[in-house]
Amino acid sequence: MLRSLTPVAIAIAVLALVQVLLNTFEMEFVSVLAMKVGISVILAVSLNIINGMTGQFSIGHAGFMAVGAYTASALTLTLADYRLSFLPPALSDQVYFVLALLVGGAAAALAGFLVGLPSLRLRGDYLAIVTLGFGEIIRVVVQNSPSLGGSLGLNNVPGYTTVAMVWFWAFVVVLLAFRLSQSPHGRALWAIREDEVAAEAMGVDTTGYKVRAFVVSSFFAGVAGGLFTHYLRIATPAKFDFMLSMEVVVMVVAGGLGSTTGAATAAIFLTLLPEGLRTLFRSVGPEDGSWADKVDQVRMPIYGLLLVIIMLTRPQGIFGRHEVWDRWLKPKKKPVPA
Amino acid sequence: MYGFLQHVINGLAAGTIYALVALGYTMVYGVLKLINFAHGDVMMVGVYVGYAVAFLLGRDSLGSTGSVLLIFAASMAACALLGFLIERFAYRPLREKPRLTALITAIGISFALSYGFQLDAQVNVRGTQVTLLPGAAARAFPEIITPVEWLNIGDGEVVIWNRQVISFLIAIGLMVGLQYLVFRTRFGRAMRAVSFDHRVAALLGIPVDRVIAMTFMLGSSLAAAAGLLYAIKDTSVQPLMGLYVGLKAFVAAVIGGIGHVPGALVGALALGLCEEFVVGYTNSSWRDAVAFGFLIVVLLLRPEGLFGRVQAEKV
Repeated sequence: MLRSLTPVAIAIAVLALVQVLLNTFEMEFVSVLAMKVGISVILAVSLNIINGMTGQFSIGHAGFMAVGAYTASALTLTLADYRLSFLPPALSDQVYFVLALLVGGAAAALAGFLVGLPSLRLRGDYLAIVTLGFGEIIRVVVQNSPSLGGSLGLNNVPGYTTVAMVWFWAFVVVLLAFRLSQSPHGRALWAIREDEVAAEAMGVDTTGYKVRAFVVSSFFAGVAGGLFTHYLRIATPAKFDFMLSMEVVVMVVAGGLGSTTGAATAAIFLTLLPEGLRTLFRSVGPEDGSWADKVDQVRMPIYGLLLVIIMLTRPQGIFGRHEVWDRWLKPKKKPVPA
Repeated sequence: MYGFLQHVINGLAAGTIYALVALGYTMVYGVLKLINFAHGDVMMVGVYVGYAVAFLLGRDSLGSTGSVLLIFAASMAACALLGFLIERFAYRPLREKPRLTALITAIGISFALSYGFQLDAQVNVRGTQVTLLPGAAARAFPEIITPVEWLNIGDGEVVIWNRQVISFLIAIGLMVGLQYLVFRTRFGRAMRAVSFDHRVAALLGIPVDRVIAMTFMLGSSLAAAAGLLYAIKDTSVQPLMGLYVGLKAFVAAVIGGIGHVPGALVGALALGLCEEFVVGYTNSSWRDAVAFGFLIVVLLLRPEGLFGRVQAEKV
């Protein structure tokens, strides 16, 4: 028990220190980038649990984000009127925020269960279509709900998200993914990915494991959604569109299906790259910033082609199912002479 | 009562269009066991080709039978070519790989097409602006079939337009032709053999690559025809239409039992009617949610579809 909590305690201490440093030196730009990158990491690593480890293909992560985002935002908006009087205001806000994130994650997990159960009983491809449709349904439902602000969305969501909070959750999901992949539960997931029929023949309850992996993945998507809206300070259905889902899919596929560190690396890289290009083109490109705007438009078709090219040339992704450091930790075995 | 009748007519008209797209999904799934995610986007490309041809023909020559035939032929040929290229360069190299690989490729192509067409690209050829990529905004689709009321009951209470009848006839005609092709011709027999087991089919001397390529071309050209009919009904064209229509057509194919040709028709008509009733009696903004709800119910109750059979997995 103590052993498993030590890394969490260390992480909280380090993150608190980083937050204090960021606040004292007022590094706005770095903070914003760090939050964006952290949210991408949470999304990519959580999607990797279902797409990479379990070998099922979900392309509707944004839909589950939306569920978590709206639940968490509605909750913080309601709770904003009440204060925990025995705590300082900032701390009281953060307590509410954690609560809201947990509830948002739970709502997304419930949605994941409802979507996953019918589609995961069947073979792979159906999950892709159903999750794609689910993203659309969420959009339609939100737009038809005046209590959620319709297509204008929820305004004035409090900006509770901090770098420390984002990276704490990123840390949690990475730790969980590592522990999971080395646990008996994780080995069942790997078995399903490698050969579903064989796994079933060995007594693995394939549907049960798939649904559980999907629920865990959806939970973290919901948490990421909550972090996302409390960083943007607004929740609109347009933010959680198909493009967002596809960005996460590209991160997972490029990083390596099944590689936690690979997904995280790709998430960091693919989040920083457009930001970097945009900043670059603002300074060297034409004055009106038309090149910088082009970055966002051109990105999407390139992602699509990237998926095709990766599948044709290196279908396991850049790192395969290995972690980033495997190459250095395990010396290559010499081929046994025949 | 009149309102109900009108909804039935509109629903059937929409359903026939979904049916044509659904056939492409069903045929490709039949031979490759692959959900061709890019199918809807191939359809979208076909609509843009039709739009371009109509634009080149000019407003004056539209409405004549010849121009309609030309637009349909050009669009179907372009889509057949596109389908062939996608199969040849994206799917064929992956045929012996795990199915997930081909699925990701299909999603990638779909994404590249639907977002690639949202870019603006124009080149200047000797003083004339030539649009290469149309941009994200929806464009008005020209009236390539002059709208005529063919039946008007109760002073405009129930109206049947000529395009509805035409699309219904085209859809039924293509469907009957397809059924004939699959069950009565040598090519159809080869197709069914490939669908059953492509390795054994290859051993028996069936040119598997050619059969699969032909299936893709056939499905893609059907999608082009369906896309044009849809654009005529909707009078607009936009890059994301392939995604939505494709999703609905896929649902139709699943309802009927994917891989089953008449099933796709029944599923599509059911979906078209259902959508029309939801739009007619509740709120039109729920339209896109209907198909998905339908899909969940079917997957829960009868995942093999109305006409499909449960197949044991071959190891």
